[in-house]
This record gives sequence, C-alpha cells and structure tokens, in this order.
Amino acid sequence: MKPEPDLVPTRTIDDSQELNLYEKREKIYARHVEGLYQKIRLFTGWPLLMAYFITPWISWDGRQAILWDLPARKFYIFDWVFWPQDFMFLAWVLIIAAMGLFMVTNWLGRIWCGYTCPQTVWTAIFMWAEQLTEGSRIQRMKLDAAPWSTDKALRKGTKHVLWIGVAFWTGLTFVGYFTPIRALLLDLLTANAPLIAYAWTLFFTLATYINAGWMREQVCKYMCPYARFQSAMFDQDTLIVSYDPNRGEPRGPRKRSADHRAEGLGDCIDCRVCVQVCPTGIDIRNGLQYECIGCALCIDGCNEIMDKMGYPRGLIRYTTLRALNGGTTKLLRPRPLGYAAVVLGMCAMLAYGLWSRVPLELDIIRDRSRLYETGVDGWIENTYRLEILNMDQQPHRYRVSAEGIDQLQLRGPQEVEVAGGEAASVPVRLAVPPTGVVPGSSKVTFQVETLEDKPQRVSEPSRFIAPLPR
Amino acid sequence: MSSFWSLWIIALVAINILGSWWLLQANRKIAKGEGATTGHEWDGIQELDNPLPYWWYLMFLGTLLFAILYLIFYPGLGNFKGLLGWSSTGQWEQEVARAEAKYQPIFDRYGQMSVEQLQSEPQALKMGQRLFATNCSVCHGSAATGSYGFPNLTDAEWIWGGQPQAIEASILHGRQAQMPAWGPALGDEAIKQVTEYVLQVSGRDADPQLAQAGAEVFASTCAACHGPDAKGNPALGSPNLTDAAWLYGGSRAEIAHSVRAGRQGQMPAFADQLGHERVRIVAAYVYSLNEASGQSSP
Repeated sequence: MKPEPDLVPTRTIDDSQELNLYEKREKIYARHVEGLYQKIRLFTGWPLLMAYFITPWISWDGRQAILWDLPARKFYIFDWVFWPQDFMFLAWVLIIAAMGLFMVTNWLGRIWCGYTCPQTVWTAIFMWAEQLTEGSRIQRMKLDAAPWSTDKALRKGTKHVLWIGVAFWTGLTFVGYFTPIRALLLDLLTANAPLIAYAWTLFFTLATYINAGWMREQVCKYMCPYARFQSAMFDQDTLIVSYDPNRGEPRGPRKRSADHRAEGLGDCIDCRVCVQVCPTGIDIRNGLQYECIGCALCIDGCNEIMDKMGYPRGLIRYTTLRALNGGTTKLLRPRPLGYAAVVLGMCAMLAYGLWSRVPLELDIIRDRSRLYETGVDGWIENTYRLEILNMDQQPHRYRVSAEGIDQLQLRGPQEVEVAGGEAASVPVRLAVPPTGVVPGSSKVTFQVETLEDKPQRVSEPSRFIAPLPR
Repeated sequence: MSSFWSLWIIALVAINILGSWWLLQANRKIAKGEGATTGHEWDGIQELDNPLPYWWYLMFLGTLLFAILYLIFYPGLGNFKGLLGWSSTGQWEQEVARAEAKYQPIFDRYGQMSVEQLQSEPQALKMGQRLFATNCSVCHGSAATGSYGFPNLTDAEWIWGGQPQAIEASILHGRQAQMPAWGPALGDEAIKQVTEYVLQVSGRDADPQLAQAGAEVFASTCAACHGPDAKGNPALGSPNLTDAAWLYGGSRAEIAHSVRAGRQGQMPAFADQLGHERVRIVAAYVYSLNEASGQSSP
C-alpha cells in the first residue's frame, strides 16, 4: 500500500469575518483496505445479513415462520404465537439486549458498532458498490472533481441503481416481517398491494438508501445515542482501537533503509493511511474519540505499512488505556461481571417464562349492577362473566370450576369449547345454599383447565358477596 | 370564537413562526474570534461551540415550512378552517360511515331471518350475546338471570310471553306493567286475606281461614288481570302467581307490599337505540337461552 496524497483539504479556509455554525459535510473518501479484521467482519456480517434477508422466507406449519401481524395483534415465532398480553417477554428481551450491550461495551469496546451494527454493515455494502462502479479512493476523488461526462453519469448512475436495488430489497424484507413476504412481493410487482404496503416499502427503501449512501458516519456522529453514552461504559480496561504514541512518536517520513531510531524518529512514518481508510474521517493518532466506531480498518491499514517497512505490527492495535500506560489489563472486573450476572439472570427468567407459559388467559368480570341475587330455590347467587382467551393454535375444550366457599355451586356451562386464537365470553353464576352463606365478601377462585392428560390450567381470584344477617 | 380572539391567535402563531425563523438566522454565524466555546462553564468543564451539520439547518427550515403548509391546509389560524376542511367530527363521522358500510350487510342478512332461523346461526347468537352484555346485562345480569324487579330470562316463566314474536316486541317497544296499589281500596284486612290466598295457590303454607276469605277478594279484584286460576295473562303482563318465580320477592311481607303499593315495572323500548336488525339478533339470543335451559332441565 502506497501513501496517497490527501486531495481533499480537511477544512476550507475562508477569509470572511464570520464563522458559519452550520458547516457543509466534508465528503469522506474511505480507502479500501484488506486484512485480518476485515476478514473477521466478513464472518460476522454475512451470517447476520443472510439471517435478516432469508428469515421471512422460511415457512413453518403452513405459514411464515416469523411474522409480526400487527393488525391481528399476533406475533408468530415458529411454534410460538405471542399476544399483546405477552409483551412482558419483549421487555425482558430488550433488557437482556441492553444489558448485553453494556457488558460487551465495557469489556470489548465498540465491537457492536464496528462489526455488527446495521449502519456499519449496510455502509460497507454501499461502499463496496461505490468501489465497484467508481473505482478506488483516488479514482473517486478525481471523478467527483471532473466535469460531467457520459462516463461519469454512467458510473454514478450504475452506483445509484445498485444502491437503490439493495435498499429496496432491504425495505421489502423489513416490511416482510410484518406482512407475508411472498404475497407482498407478488402484489408489489403486480401493482395489487395496498397503498400502505407501498408507502412502508418506499419509506424503508429511502431510509436505507439515505442512511447507507448519503448519511453514513453522520448517523453515528449526530444521531446515534449509543455513540454518545458509550463513554459511560468505558473504563481503563476497555478494549479500544488505539495508536501507540510511545512507539510512534515523533512521527515523520524516512527512507526504508534508514535507521529511524538513530534519526530520533518513532515508528509512525506519517503516511496517513490510517486517516484515509477511516469511514468516519478521524485521525486515530489524536487519541480516543467518540467518532471512532472501533472498526479496526486503521489497524489493518497500518499493519500493512509496518510489514512493508519491516517494523513490528501493532503500532495501531486493539489495546486498553491501562495497557498503553504500561499497566496490565484486568479482564475480570466487577462491572462487566455484574452486567454478565444480570444478563444470565434475565436469560434464565426469560427461558423459565417461555417454558412455563400457558397459552390460556382468564379474565373475570363480576356483575357490578347488583351485589347478589336470591335464586328461585333460595340460594344466594352472584353473576360473573368469564373471558376465556385461547391463545393456542388449536381449539380446546375447557372445564370451568370455582372454589373458596363450602357447598359452592357453579351454575352455567361447566365445559366450554373455544376455537384456536379466539376469546369466549361465558356468563356463569356461583351459588351458595341459604344454610351455608358466609355474610359479606368472600374470596373465590375460578379455574379453567383443558381436558387433556397434561392440562393447561389458569386460575383467577374474584369475590363472592352475600347478604349480612338482618 | 370572536374575531378578536381569532386575530389574537393568528398574531401569536405568526409571531412564533417569524420569531423562530429570526432566531435561526440570527444564530447562523458568529463573528470570528468570539471564541470556540459557548461561554458555558460548569466546574471547569467548558461547552465547545462546534458547528452543526448543514442539513440540520435545512431540517429547521423544513419544520418551518411544514408549519406554514399545515396552517394552510388544516385548521390552526384562529377561525380559518384550512383548505382541506378537515375536522375531528368529520373524521369520526367518516369512520362511523365506513363501519356502517362494512357491518350493515351482516345486520341486514340477519334482520331478514326469523328468530327461529337465527338459532342455527352461531355467529348471530355470539353477536346477540355481545349486544346483550352491552345493553341488557345492566338490569337482567350477564347471565340473564335477572334480579329483584328484573325478570329472569332463562326460565320458562314469561310475564309478557315467551314466543319469539313476544320477546322481540318486548325489546322493540318496551313494556309498562300496571299493578295498581290496592291498599286504599281493599284495606289492611282484605290485603292480609288475599296474601294468604296467593301463598296458598303457589303451594305454600297459608292460614286456611284467611285464604278462604282471600279467595273471594281475589275473584272480585285480582282475577280480572291474573285470571280466575291466578295463572296470569301475558297479554296484560300480569304474572302467574302459582309458580315459584317472583319478580318482587315471594315472601308473605313482599307479596302483601306488592298488593298494597302496586308495581310499575318498566322495560324500556330499544327500537330507536338498536334498530330492528339488532333487536332481532338480541331476541334470538334471549330465545336461545330459554331453549338451552329448557333442554337441560328434564
């Protein structure tokens, strides 16, 4: 890799007497680089990309395996069907994700940003398309500076077609998680889809195109909250991408054959490769900066130069502040271990919650317009409406029972058939003989269970009100 | 809104929009050498005055443009209704009209079927149950078993008749019961006697002497409505007094009170509120309750 000139000046000098508080974005021409960490990125990026694009096409049990059906308020994940009542699980998943992110950030720095964040991955795809159509960094800078020509229009046009193609497929896939993707694609292509499907597909297509094509590092710098609060997750032992000033300084150009130590120079030859490859346009040699997404492109770039110069690798490397200052990095620290404990605990709770989840819900609405009735036979009756929600896919027959008072009798249907995914409203009465009346309000418990060997069972408390003795 | 307040609001909105625009322009540029910080300092930490991206400025302009366009098309400038003529009432009416268009055909179809035919339409009975829960359960209870003063709709005893047409008529037009207060006309002794007679015909322990005297009172006063055999008359809404179902309680004291003070039970009419189709569906549901209980009891 040869040093290249910086054709674009880092800041325009204007000689006016005023300073603009809204500056135009300096376009970043990131130089292509290969190396160990770029290979790692392929192994992290591709599986995630494939998972994202392929998942909606998987069928399961005659329907889409993963489908979040918002109008029907049902969320299918393989054999599971989640209802809005199950949103607690989503909250747990989000807490686990947040705590996991904190743990990883405290231990390994911003590897989420550098390797797995969709913004980074899609930007990498778009940069690849840019490289394919417009060429290398130098060629791109020259092309932008050149006047318009057929060649320029063709190259730029092809690039945008590629971008929009990727963006459309991304948007379509995203919408495909919420509405069956096979029908969606067919309807979109045959102009039969509802307006809302076009609107959302267009929205996510445009969002992808703008984010990965035009916004790029600005999303990380100005929009992403995670980039801003990461500093609260960092400590002396957090893994960061850093230049080693002790080894590198004083920087300066030199002949390959020269003994730079004798000339009083450090290992940094000031070739600016680390700056040219940076997708957020910073100079890593200025130390840890919030713009750094930890992508390690500068490490790969610098290592290549070090190899050429015959110097040891790692002038820019993954290290920690403590190690840079001559200390030893402590891996087992209370803070990440605490995060790990929370993550493990929450995962265990989530697993138990999913394992013990009963796809059946019972709500009891006691008639409020009267305290009690006296039946024809003189029994004291209370009326309730049971809302039985069968959250299972299959129909079930449920046995209804109640207990809590001696000689309590359930009047009304003792068994109810409810179709899969439906709710039944069942009015029932509880009755107590006049001899067994417990005056005032007593607790009763309704139970609904399936008539199977391993019954699904839920119970719910309510009150039974009887007259006070006169 | 009076035109003064209308102008006042228009002025406020205009001042806000212009003020925002002025604020944005006035802070776009600063003189050189004014310093790299905003001048804010807390505990030695200074806030840098770094430039923002230019597209932020464009987004601010965009919000201003949005505000102006919104005020042109939607109500917001005092009494000006906006070019689109949108209103929340209008939106609600549209939604109601859409719902009517969607569900009216279903109601029309069921409205043309008889109560007996609807017994074999599970979907209609489900709708009936929901309509009942909303409109009827307040008085008759969720289980339709009624309570003091409100008849039980699940048993075989019907005050105004249990045939499908009678049930439907009761819901459509309501019912007004007219049990006169006999206290002044009969006097305490006769009320005591007729109460014993009623207890006797409903098969309970009664004083035979008083009941015998009561029979004469009943024949001359009560039989006109309740019939000579005290079995009631659905056409008049006079209940059967020989069965075990008592709308206002069947104890000696309660019966005596009904005779003395009279009863004016009232069922409201639902024709206007629900419409004929929905009433037909509710009637079918009520009828089905009776069928179900009739089948279950031997």
